[in-house]
Formats: sequence, C-alpha cells, structure tokens
Amino acid sequence: MMFAVAAAALLVTMLLALLRAYVGPTLYDRILAVNTFGTKTVLMIAVLGFLMGRPDFLDIALVYALINFIGTIAVLKFFRYGDLGRAGEGDS
Amino acid sequence: MGVVLDGLSWALLLAGSFFVITGGVGLLRFPDVYSRMHAAGMTDTLGAALFIAGLAVQGGFTLITVKLLMILLFIFFTSPTATYALANAVWSSGVRPKRRDGTACEAIDRSDEPSKS
Repeated sequence: MMFAVAAAALLVTMLLALLRAYVGPTLYDRILAVNTFGTKTVLMIAVLGFLMGRPDFLDIALVYALINFIGTIAVLKFFRYGDLGRAGEGDS
Repeated sequence: MGVVLDGLSWALLLAGSFFVITGGVGLLRFPDVYSRMHAAGMTDTLGAALFIAGLAVQGGFTLITVKLLMILLFIFFTSPTATYALANAVWSSGVRPKRRDGTACEAIDRSDEPSKS
C-alpha cells in the first residue's frame, strides 16, 4: 500500500516534468525536464520492484540512472560545443 | 519491531513524496530556467535520498539495501553534476538569470573589486 502511494507521487511528478518538457520555452527547460523525468523513472523502477516483490529491478534502476546521466551530459555537450567532438581529434 | 520499521518507511516515503512533488511544482511555476533548475535539481537529490532510505528500511540488512545504497551514491554524485553542466550550457548560451523586476542581471564584472592579492 505504501509503495502504491510512493508510486502515485512519483507519477504525478513525472507528469509535471512532462508538462514542463512540453511547455518549456527554451531548449534547456526541456533538457532539465527530461533529466528530472529520468531520475524519477529510476525511483519508480525501484519502488515498483518493491511493490511487485522483484528485488532484481534494482539492477535495472541502477543501469537506468547511469544511462540517464550519460544521455543528459551528451545532449548538453552537443548543444554547448556544437558537436560531440570531431573524429580523430583529441577531446580538448 | 515490524510496526516501527513500517512506520519509519511510511514516514520516509511520505517525506520523499512531498519533496518530489514540490520539486515538480517548482519546475512548473518558477519564472526562468535558473530558478527551475534550482527547484528540480535540489529536490531530485533529496527526494531520491528519502525514497531510497524508505526502501532500504524495508529491505533490511540484505543485498537489496546494498544495491539501493549504490543507486543513492550514484545519484548523489551525478544529479548535481548534471545540473551544473546544464547551468554551464545555459550560461554560455547567453541566457542570464532574471531579477524580480524582469531585468536580466549582467555578467559580474570584477573590475571594481579590490584585488585580493
């Protein structure tokens, strides 16, 4: 029951983040909203893992946290430096 | 003993839910990117910490709690880093934080400060 309440709260926050991603005037609002959505997805996977009695969901949550971070940093690097580093050139 | 633990995880999960929802509302209602980043970034980390603590209490001293603490440790390091990278990208794209009266505050020029050397 308590996990259902936690999952509901996470769902509300995810919807708010999606709303900001839709409305967000600038590009960076959308990146922020997607990053927040990703972090909440990590928590949602963990809570659902406990809700359904599947402790192996935590590995999925951990991997999702890794991927979410790398995705956010890649998008930011692309928009900050124009590209993700030209081939054959050191990561100056 | 079970009731105390359940009550503790109830409290932690409810506190986490509260902070997560305030972060979501802050993400929507704040005027410009920087204040939204402030709201979302902070409650990301705090909400995650409370949620994972609440789940860890349910997990007890097992491998589950170790995995939960790994997730928490990772979120503690990466959530602020991602927010910093976002702020760096926003600042370098030329957007400046807005003051209450709507004027954007210019970059801080340090020419008039007494030099510290």
